[in-house]
Amino acid sequence: MSNLAILPILLPLLTGIMLVFINKQKTLVKVITGIMVFVNLAVVSWIGSVVFQEGPLVLEAGDWPAPFGIVIVADQLAMVLVITTNLIAVASAFYAFRSLDEQRERYYFYALFQLLIAGVSGAFLTGDLFNLFVFFEVLLMASYGLIVLGGTKEQLRESLKYILINLFSSILFVTTVAFLYSVVGTVNMAQLAERVADVEQQGILTTIAILLFLVFATKGALFPLYFWLPRSYSAPPTVISALFGALLTKVGVYSILRVFSLIFIYKLEFTHQFFIYMAGFTILFGVIGALSTNNVKLIVAYNIIPAVGFMMAGIGVFSATALAGTIYYLVHDMIIKAALFFLVGTMAAISGTYDLRKMGGLIKHHPLLGWMFFIAALALAGLPPFSGFIGKFLLLKGAVEEDHYGIVAVGLIGSLLILLSIIKIFLNGFWGEARLAPEQEKASENGRLFPVALLLIFTIALGLGAEFFYPGIQGIADSLVDPSIYIDAVIKE
Amino acid sequence: MELLMAILAGLLFSTGVYMLLQKQILRIIIGTALLSHGAHLLIITMGKLNRGGPPILSEGVTKYVDPLPQALILTSIVISFGVTSFLLVLAYRAYQKNGTDNMEKLRGNNHE
Amino acid sequence: MKNVTNDLILKTATTIIVFLILGFSVYLFFAGHNAPGGGFIGGLMTSGAFVLLYIAYGFQTMNRVVKIDFKTFIPIGLTIAVLSGVGSFLYGQPFLSHTDGYFHLPIIGKAHLATAMIFDLGVYFTVIGVTMTIILSIAKDEGEQVENAE
Repeated sequence: MSNLAILPILLPLLTGIMLVFINKQKTLVKVITGIMVFVNLAVVSWIGSVVFQEGPLVLEAGDWPAPFGIVIVADQLAMVLVITTNLIAVASAFYAFRSLDEQRERYYFYALFQLLIAGVSGAFLTGDLFNLFVFFEVLLMASYGLIVLGGTKEQLRESLKYILINLFSSILFVTTVAFLYSVVGTVNMAQLAERVADVEQQGILTTIAILLFLVFATKGALFPLYFWLPRSYSAPPTVISALFGALLTKVGVYSILRVFSLIFIYKLEFTHQFFIYMAGFTILFGVIGALSTNNVKLIVAYNIIPAVGFMMAGIGVFSATALAGTIYYLVHDMIIKAALFFLVGTMAAISGTYDLRKMGGLIKHHPLLGWMFFIAALALAGLPPFSGFIGKFLLLKGAVEEDHYGIVAVGLIGSLLILLSIIKIFLNGFWGEARLAPEQEKASENGRLFPVALLLIFTIALGLGAEFFYPGIQGIADSLVDPSIYIDAVIKE
Repeated sequence: MELLMAILAGLLFSTGVYMLLQKQILRIIIGTALLSHGAHLLIITMGKLNRGGPPILSEGVTKYVDPLPQALILTSIVISFGVTSFLLVLAYRAYQKNGTDNMEKLRGNNHE
Repeated sequence: MKNVTNDLILKTATTIIVFLILGFSVYLFFAGHNAPGGGFIGGLMTSGAFVLLYIAYGFQTMNRVVKIDFKTFIPIGLTIAVLSGVGSFLYGQPFLSHTDGYFHLPIIGKAHLATAMIFDLGVYFTVIGVTMTIILSIAKDEGEQVENAE
């Protein structure tokens, strides 16, 4: 049974390789992609249900026992995120069928897309710090391929910066792992968690912790390391932006969540206090960025940053309630960011421009698109009854319980500003006089709304069905506060 | 020996960072290559530099070499090889398309 | 031919040296597992030999002679590597489990074979594919813009 844990990585990887071979037959590629995303979703859901019923699945690759070999750990947290990833993969695949031009499809878009899913799933599932680096590189390699896809002037310019900043943080990651190995003598996360408590020089461990945090903060776009994100995420085509915005930064957040709930938990008053400050600044600066521009895609890209800030706030507060909020918000944000990117992509495709000042009155001919955007905007800002509300409510409740009133205030102000920035798109883009008659429009919304609807149904379900989802999420948060559950699952005495 | 390696790694890091701060793309890429070499040297130094047999239980061998840093380095070298080569091609294409390899001119304030 | 160069020595030496390099790369590939060597370094060495050929004889000539699309090496190699890991599923073992044994082969005699070799073969192909693709994609356009159409 333990081989189940590797399937979420293997299936997309094999599909991706297969798609390279048959790259010439375009319809076949699409058919296989369409089938495989659903197969993947079904398989990971099944694995998820097994994990939720029977506890974490651990795969020791090559039959080497845990502290020596590479382990793949499918625990509840990882599986929830892998399932969400595959859900977004389904939506993205169907959006790509409708929106990508032929040239980009020929340059292995679908193969790289599957590779990205494999890398993201791998990063969620790995139980080994060095392997986390390897899967980071796998998903980054796929993202490098995707971000230059098509090779426009702007894409090439922005991708250079994106790759350089990621390369630098990867090197820092390797360096940090080297330091950690010399101090603790292992890279297996469960064994690290056991051993850090016994290390005599706590000072160097704190240094390592902060270095690791900086690495993940660069990948996850936290203040002040988010500067690379907005432009490089808005340069490529919409479907790629959506994949990046939904998945890549979240892998960084997940890494922080995992590492700082499992390994570096002995100095909470320093590290986690620091996180709260970072979270506050991230929320404020991100939202100011979102307010500063009229480019619709850039607004959504900037909105990734405050979301990361909210999640960091939960990790900083570090109580079971706040962590449950973080996990809820993580899932919610992956879904809603993909949906928003698809929506603004559709808007821009219809009006032929990304500039908000040149849009207007879209709701006249596209009422469904308009109301979907309205729902997505409310969900993003965290209004009830959508999923964002539950996440934010849990986060802020956790923060109040632990007397972090400052972050609560920042969070509330941030939410209001987020609502302002996203409603601006709604007011300028959908209301007012219709600028274009139906026959002047550059593209149709046909087929593009199905993936969005799929995602929105899930946000509504996550919000209204909170009664159903909440106990599971709370269970995950409880197990994060008590790392011994994870350690016992990986290292069997 | 560890001291020498540490100094060497430090030198590589400092030259790498210096190169990273240049304006030309090619120099920046060389900088990242130097940085990753520094990181690899650091890993091997962290695993303690000694000569000896592989860590397989056999009689007569008393001195073992830690295999894990070597495995980590090999993985890391392969990855940095892949990324650097990709970056070189990308830099070349970006140079062709944008007509400059000066990072100052690649700022991109105008958002198309 | 715009500029005819006088590279007789390079061309003559290359014909001999290439075979030496290729032979050494095969040795390195098989030496892996228990001694320094393996798929990665073997693959690099092989592509080194190919690059030397390209340098000595030029891109056009080589393209006429060697009709291999190195890009296809990448998926082939990856498939071999991944499937070698999946193979252990059939025996109910965890992913990437490997086994080895001593076999009696004709001509060579007693040989130590390991299933890790199959994985290495995948790495070998992938490395050749990646290296050659990268080098050739830069080498292809000589000054003027050439759209690579494949």
